[in-house]
Amino acid sequence: MKILVSAKRVSDPNARLAISKDGKWIEGDVEYILNPFCENAIEAALQLAEAHDGTETIAVGIGDDETARFIRQGALARGIDRGILVTADEAEIDSDLIARIYQGLAYREKPDIILLGKQAIDGDSNQVGQLLAEYLGWPQATFASKIDIEGNEVIVQREVDGGLETLALTMPCVITADLRLNEPRYASLAGIMKAKKKQLDELEIDDLELEDTDAKVEIVGMSTPTGRKAGVIVKDVDELLAKLHNEARVI
Amino acid sequence: MSRSNPHLTPDHEAFALAVRTFVAREIAPHVEAWEEAETFPRELYAKAADVGLLSLGFPESLGGVPGDVWYRLVATMELARAGSGGLLAGLMSHTIALPPLCALGSDELQQRVVPQVLAGRAIAALAVTEPGGGSDVANLQTRAVRDGDEYVLHGSKVFITSGVRADFLTVAVRTGGPGAGGVSLMLVEGDRPGLHRTPMKKMGWWCSDTATIFLDGCRVPASNLIGSEGLGFLGLMHNFNGERLGLAATAWAFAQICLEDAVAYARERQTFGKPLIQRQVIRHKLVDMAMRVEAVRAMVFDVAWQVEQGLEPVAEVCLCKNFATEALEFVAGEAVQILGGAGYVRGARIERIFRETKVLSIGGGASEVLKDLAARQLGY
Ligand SMILES: Cc1cc2nc3c(=O)[nH]c(=O)nc-3n(C[C@H](O)[C@H](O)[C@H](O)COP(=O)(O)OP(=O)(O)OC[C@H]3O[C@@H](n4cnc5c(N)ncnc54)[C@H](O)[C@@H]3O)c2cc1C
Repeated sequence: MKILVSAKRVSDPNARLAISKDGKWIEGDVEYILNPFCENAIEAALQLAEAHDGTETIAVGIGDDETARFIRQGALARGIDRGILVTADEAEIDSDLIARIYQGLAYREKPDIILLGKQAIDGDSNQVGQLLAEYLGWPQATFASKIDIEGNEVIVQREVDGGLETLALTMPCVITADLRLNEPRYASLAGIMKAKKKQLDELEIDDLELEDTDAKVEIVGMSTPTGRKAGVIVKDVDELLAKLHNEARVI
Repeated sequence: MSRSNPHLTPDHEAFALAVRTFVAREIAPHVEAWEEAETFPRELYAKAADVGLLSLGFPESLGGVPGDVWYRLVATMELARAGSGGLLAGLMSHTIALPPLCALGSDELQQRVVPQVLAGRAIAALAVTEPGGGSDVANLQTRAVRDGDEYVLHGSKVFITSGVRADFLTVAVRTGGPGAGGVSLMLVEGDRPGLHRTPMKKMGWWCSDTATIFLDGCRVPASNLIGSEGLGFLGLMHNFNGERLGLAATAWAFAQICLEDAVAYARERQTFGKPLIQRQVIRHKLVDMAMRVEAVRAMVFDVAWQVEQGLEPVAEVCLCKNFATEALEFVAGEAVQILGGAGYVRGARIERIFRETKVLSIGGGASEVLKDLAARQLGY
């Protein structure tokens, strides 16, 4: 079996971001982390590989040299077999192009399963898995909270409003990982040492011979959240209750 | 700290991140409770092994992962960020118990002990200090007498970290005449008849298990002798630089925490209508603290670099450990002072660190003894 898994870096949610002068991207000394949902996808790929002999796992990142670092240390150091970096300027790619890049990679690598995070915690678009399944014409299961393989089928439990849904997919298929799927392992010291020697190929978008490389989404502007408005101090509980009732209308 | 250390590669930073995640997930949420309970769960060793903390610096043939001095330094600094020296000492007690065994022990003994300790399935401790003296190791009194295929051990040990629950103890004993040349190291399994141990209560390092150990006719096979008779001192020397540099790095990390907590408090706390941080007296205290933190950091990195170059900087390591622990005593004292009552009550990290400053100046070579050693090394 062959599993392709995503390793996207995202800006650290705890970092204070500055917006670039043209108002369309972030800038400055941004700290990055591996997208937590990708960590779940990577862990799932590793568990499947451990349970099924002869499975090859490949991590994919799209970006620059810094992204390569996350492939190596976030994925290969945890035990993923090899990596692919598709070089691109992250400011110029949207969910659709990312899905098409994965489509191109799917034709090249012919994986049985493509495992992605359900979304990236910076853009929060939640689109790549769904678009990719559509472009490939493969079955998909999003928001997976459990993955098992039975014969040629992948049994996926999904978290849906008010409960769980279980799907049986035929391979090849696309699965996106939710947070409760597993608890990602650490990149161990031994893993970090081994990752240095693992294969990490670099491709350009052009190498994938995609039919359509246009971005469909244009970022027209970014702004920081407005600061919290000043509070008011109330005299007594009666006034508080009155305000909650009449102004905030929450009681 | 990573960005200010020019020696770190992305691999070191990746390991630092893994340890930081481990600390945030497995230690930080529980450390208060473990301190109060005066213990931490045994399972933590296996979890620490998963991230590679225990195997770090040991030979591959024994299940270790050799790493340079920077890996050890980032591991210590990140673990220390949890703010409990006891946890660090207890979890990492194998780093003083195993190096003599790895340097001098027979293959059979190494294979029997080291891999399971590095995998977190067994706990190892080093037992040198005795009620009659700790600094004067050459004068230790515990005796091991050869009897056929066995040694019979009589004596006692105190202040032994991980001593109560250790599965393996590296015990310093006298097999020969007086002085350093008569000292040997013996591997003693925790379940040997004649080995008795009781816990000790302490000023700090509460969650660390610290034992008094009695050896009352305890018999061990002669094959448990580490190396040959009389090599005990040589074996212990394999610990000195690593342990002392580790203690200096711990002191640095603790001083950094104290500074951070003091700054944060001084910004928030209002007295006489103004935040504390606007008072010159307090600002100067913070600067005096920051100056020491920076100086210790520079010295630790410099001495670590010397170790990495294979220079064996004995005097420099002594100076570094003393400087770092003295700096911590100053910084922790000022931090508690800035927090006032809030720094004295249980629950503040700095309250615990303040109680832990002394053990860093006493363990791993007390300051006075290290000064003597440094003076001799420097030819004074
Ligand atoms: C929490 C804790 C954990 C420990 N863990 C371990 C462990 O795991 N294994 C282990 O073997 N030991 C351990 N120790 C023991 C530690 O190594 C000793 O406490 C230390 O070596 C000092 O020995 P001592 O306490 O007997 O003090 P002493 O040697 O009696 O010294 C007392 C004081 O006199 C000073 N002094 C000694 N000689 C001289 C001199 N010639 N000139 C001037 N001043 C001198 C010392 O610096 C010190 O200030 C631990 C100690 C503590 C507190």
